[in-house]
Amino acid sequence: MIAELGAFALTLALAFAAAQLALSAVGRWRRSTVLAAAAEGAALASFAGVALAFACLIHAFVTSDFSVANVAANSHTEKPLLYKVAGAWGSHEGSMLLWCLALTGYGAAAVVFGRSLPRGLKASMVAVQGGLGMVFLAYTVFASNPLSRIAMPPVEGRSLNPLLQDPALAIHPPFLYAGYVGMSVVFSLAVAALIEGRVDTAWARWIRPWALAAWSLLTVGITLGSFWAYYELGWGGWWFWDPVENASFMPWLAATALLHSAIVTEKRGALGGWTLFLSLAAFSFSMLGAFLVRSGVLTSVHAFAVDPERGVLLLIILGLTTGGAFSLFAWRAPKLAQGGLFAPVSRESALVLNNILLAAATTTVLLGTLYPLIRQAITGDPISVGPPYFNFTFVPLMGALAVLLPAGPLLAWKRGDARGVTQRLWIAALIAVGVALVSYAVVSPRKALGALGIGMGAWLIAGALAELVERTRLFRIPAAESLRRLFGLPRGAWGMTFAHLGLGVFVLGACIETGWKAESAETLRIGQSLDVGAYHLTLDAIADVDGPNYDAERALIHVARAGKPVCTGAPERRFYPAGGQTTSEVAICYRGPSHLYMVLGDRRDAAGAPVWLVRAYWNPWATLIFLGPVIMGLGGLISLSDRRLRLGVARRRKEQPA
Amino acid sequence: MSWLPKSPKARRRLTLVAAIAPVLAIAVALALWGLKDSISFFYTPSQADAAKPPPGRSIQLGGLVSPGTVVKHPDGRVDFVVADKISADKVSFQGDLPDLFREGQGIVAVGAFRQDGVFEAKQVLAKHDEKYMPKEVADALKKQGEWRGDGKMPEYQAAPYAAPAGGKTKTP
Repeated sequence: MIAELGAFALTLALAFAAAQLALSAVGRWRRSTVLAAAAEGAALASFAGVALAFACLIHAFVTSDFSVANVAANSHTEKPLLYKVAGAWGSHEGSMLLWCLALTGYGAAAVVFGRSLPRGLKASMVAVQGGLGMVFLAYTVFASNPLSRIAMPPVEGRSLNPLLQDPALAIHPPFLYAGYVGMSVVFSLAVAALIEGRVDTAWARWIRPWALAAWSLLTVGITLGSFWAYYELGWGGWWFWDPVENASFMPWLAATALLHSAIVTEKRGALGGWTLFLSLAAFSFSMLGAFLVRSGVLTSVHAFAVDPERGVLLLIILGLTTGGAFSLFAWRAPKLAQGGLFAPVSRESALVLNNILLAAATTTVLLGTLYPLIRQAITGDPISVGPPYFNFTFVPLMGALAVLLPAGPLLAWKRGDARGVTQRLWIAALIAVGVALVSYAVVSPRKALGALGIGMGAWLIAGALAELVERTRLFRIPAAESLRRLFGLPRGAWGMTFAHLGLGVFVLGACIETGWKAESAETLRIGQSLDVGAYHLTLDAIADVDGPNYDAERALIHVARAGKPVCTGAPERRFYPAGGQTTSEVAICYRGPSHLYMVLGDRRDAAGAPVWLVRAYWNPWATLIFLGPVIMGLGGLISLSDRRLRLGVARRRKEQPA
Repeated sequence: MSWLPKSPKARRRLTLVAAIAPVLAIAVALALWGLKDSISFFYTPSQADAAKPPPGRSIQLGGLVSPGTVVKHPDGRVDFVVADKISADKVSFQGDLPDLFREGQGIVAVGAFRQDGVFEAKQVLAKHDEKYMPKEVADALKKQGEWRGDGKMPEYQAAPYAAPAGGKTKTP
């Protein structure tokens, strides 16, 4: 009964979304506030409907109602409660419902928080958001309904893929989707601005909180996914340039560019057309990602909910929405007003350069991701594009961005002073060069590229701090006064400092890990050992373990360095009888920021005695790789809490005579 | 600088072009260079026979693991034969096999042929789903008429572990 209630609520939500589109569009056309208000009510009702449907799906998972097809395929009575709940978004259908929940949720939030928007813009925005909701809800209801029943319910479910039964992965999709779909509000506002024919500083201020929130959540979501892949898959790496990873990375890159270009539009009224373009691009990349990931057109190691038939539907949705939006852009954008002028050396120019580099990097990632499709369409040969391509194209572009980054915030608007910036940054530059030289001299084995990377990380961190020093005028005025200034800084400034600092931390970690990681794999008998980096690992014992829904072999590995014991690791190899699957549970021994990563492989028989394949990785400073983006996301949230973006401020400002 | 256009608008446009052009040129050059070196072709054993990729060139070899050919050596090396209907290749792999690597199952091996004709795999890709068939392998086998796995099953069975966001196994 509850599943039917959910299915009904979902269908109702679809009807409400359609009503939202129609009422708001007619309301805009007739300039009727009554119709516009009704459309806003429909937006809230649509969200309520999807939320109810989602609650019903979670109920079906928690109570193991196997008469629901999706539960039968993805749940199991013996599964821990957390994973029963997480199972609700562990499948194609359920995750699509989560997507719709986020979409209608953002739509409702845009209605509630958008009270200060001009009536016309708001009505258009609500209509576009309703249109998006309608399309995706229609897809969910008719092509991928998670609440449909089956005639012959099985006694036991087929269980969620054991790899997904992990806390990081349980919360990874909600963050990721909240990020992906958050771009929809920016998209709707951009389309609305094109319909209204007006892009100005106020518009840029309205999109900023949505772009910031979505960007922050996406940053955290991608990091969680990467961290999960790192410790759950047991491959020792954290980024593989896999199509599915790229699918989440491209919206992030576009959103990052958008956040920066929106600043120019907000402060100086320039780059309006480009900011609009990025607003459309960010959500288009989100939808492209949804299509790539779900259609199975690209061979990915993260096969997710692959279904070519439904992929075609998603492609149609993608074509309709992005095609429509970009056609509107091509038609209306040339008519938009041009913004203010600026000198070649200025904050605007720095942000433009940032955007050029980010856009180029996004394009190379897009090309590399889609090249196998293009190539296959033309020549028919299946090929794949490997990580070397991405390292070769993406890294130099980002390197250039990192070199220029610390200078940007120090430049003045309109006309900057290059010499002044050099004066303010020479200490940071000295620190960076010093750190690079010292790490080149001291760290063994000697690696020039690795040392360069460390220097780059130090440059970003020192540059972010130099900007803070500059703002507080530290060393030039009394320290107490500087401290007072430090606390008086706007949250937006803090957000930027954190985001740039986080990038530096990430670069530092990524370069050290990539430059100096070591790995080793050997088959060991109990009592034998292998060496990785400076560590000596001894396989002491193998024990059988009974888990809640799996059986496992657990190894006991003693780790020693220079003869002294440092830690023990207990990697497992689990067998899940429900799905007949085996997974590896990695053991990580944390040595400061560095990780010693251990994986237990399969048992083999050698001359009567069993041996186990043990793989070990030394990942120096790997913690920073995940810490950096978290700091970046935190920066986004701090910036989001800035007074200027909070509720009502824009309204108060509007009441003043301009 | 008299050669610059007079109008500030045109000047800005020129500055913008001057900034974009080098980045674009570098990005395009890097992309083309990168694509030249890091694309790898997919072959089934019979296609590899016909195309004869030079030893050392990184390719993907896909097919079915021939039953009875898997030999796991105590030093961690695994030898097996990957075959399609017409031809077969010996594959040698050092490392941990995907959890669902089984005889008779479709896999993709990433690596290169050695001088002696044995395929040295750096990675073996298979999926957790026992019904999963790598797309390229399925396509190639369909062409050869060997693959007949198109029968429809009840929905909840048809998408067993293709449905969850998983089915991932790769072995470095």
